[in-house]
Amino acid sequence: MAYSDKVIDHYNNPRNVGALAKEDPTVGTGLVGAPECGDVMKLQIKVNAETEVIEDAKFKTFGCGSAIASSSLATEWVKGKTLAEALAIKNTDIVKELSLPPVKIHCSVLAEDAIKAAITDWKKKHS
Amino acid sequence: MKLPIYMDNHATTPVDPRVLDAMLPYFTDRFGNAASRNHKFGWEAEEAVEEARKNIASLIGADPREIVITSGATESDNLAVKGVAWMYREKGDHIITCVTEHKAILDSCKHLEKDGYRVTFLPVDNKGFVDLDDLRKAITDKTVLITIMTANNEVGVIQDIKQIGRIARERGVLFHTDAVQAAGKIPFNVNEMNVDIASLSAHKMYGPKGVGALYVRRRNPRVLLTPVIDGGGHERGMRSGTLNVPGIVGFGKAAQIARDELASESAEMFRMRERLRTTLERELDELYINGDLEKRLPGNLNMSFAYVEGESLLMGINDIAVSSGSACTSASLEPSYVLKALGVGEDLAHTSIRFGIGRFNTEEEVDYVANRVIETVRRLRDLSPLYEMAKEGIDLKSVHWAAE
Repeated sequence: MAYSDKVIDHYNNPRNVGALAKEDPTVGTGLVGAPECGDVMKLQIKVNAETEVIEDAKFKTFGCGSAIASSSLATEWVKGKTLAEALAIKNTDIVKELSLPPVKIHCSVLAEDAIKAAITDWKKKHS
Repeated sequence: MKLPIYMDNHATTPVDPRVLDAMLPYFTDRFGNAASRNHKFGWEAEEAVEEARKNIASLIGADPREIVITSGATESDNLAVKGVAWMYREKGDHIITCVTEHKAILDSCKHLEKDGYRVTFLPVDNKGFVDLDDLRKAITDKTVLITIMTANNEVGVIQDIKQIGRIARERGVLFHTDAVQAAGKIPFNVNEMNVDIASLSAHKMYGPKGVGALYVRRRNPRVLLTPVIDGGGHERGMRSGTLNVPGIVGFGKAAQIARDELASESAEMFRMRERLRTTLERELDELYINGDLEKRLPGNLNMSFAYVEGESLLMGINDIAVSSGSACTSASLEPSYVLKALGVGEDLAHTSIRFGIGRFNTEEEVDYVANRVIETVRRLRDLSPLYEMAKEGIDLKSVHWAAE
């Protein structure tokens, strides 16, 4: 399978790899996928409680190149956005940006799920 | 050293230059139809085919008259399974095979099931072996064929063919083996191993694609087959169609080289395989070998790199050609059915890589591959949430995954 240049770039130079402290009240963690399915994404956001702006984002992904690229791109996109703006990111935006083929659309869905799960986790801490 | 490196020799092998040299005249000067009985062109072609047939037979200890030329192993497998089932329909309607067989066998069996035949698909243990007691118990007075491959194409595991053949013979059941991966790589003799029918392929032994053979025993017992392809009655009526003379000449040459060099070549494959395996195991933790390590093709290494998805690993070593059992690399989106049959969990199946070392690989290439794999696995593990969790002592099996 041929990968798009953008997928290859994210795979070779993944943005925002790493981990934030899960217990930190300013951090929301999303863990989606399952090892049996071949994809697991962990996406974390650090949110300013006053402004609800995502000040930092980190990810780690077990999965194919498209899964790595989708989550890398997701962290890039959510940084600097408010929670409401981040929630508006759709998997189709990721598909378009990375030129993902139909068999890899699930990777973008997973990345969208990861953003939502991280936001949900953060909101739980602040409810 | 030239990049990319080819280390996927179970999928196919390059044509040996000596094989190509032998083939070339048969495309142009000696282009005759081996079935033309009344001129020099035909005689020349026929002579070349018979010489090749001798070499193919000699590789497996057979008589040249027992070699039926086909278009490849898929056709050979189809002819063996369907040919026996159709020929011996009066005698019985039961076939025994195994879950890790090649799709050409499994799908031929499933085809027959739809036509009313009964098929037993024997399981394998976690090393990849068929249990001989299971086999004995599965045989009934309606069993006409046992078909078990000699060496598996994914995990390289070598079955106890001699014993399986003995059991089949004791019970008066014909025994077919798909010997595609084994022939030319390990000693394989149809008489010593009690084999009645065997599938071979040229392109797995440094011959050309599009040509294969089916060994069909002529005596003790004499095996009869109903042809799958009807026509001009070539190959003693078992496989019609104008013979692919250059391909057959190449197959013959490939078989001759494989026979002459088998001992030294298999020792060299084994040495390089072990060099690759021990280097990887020294430098990386949490590696799992899929299938038995001892009874295995010398050039095969099938390994799971836990917490690193196979396709992403392949992407990282994109100057090396190997295969993965990961779902993402196959058209079916299912991880390897062979690994599944061995009880390898889907999580580990997704992280498996098959290395197939062949005649033209060098030690320098093996070292390059080892280093590239090591650095890529390390990089991807740094990126893997599963590796991080495992290192934190979290039991991944106990995690409630959102996708489940």
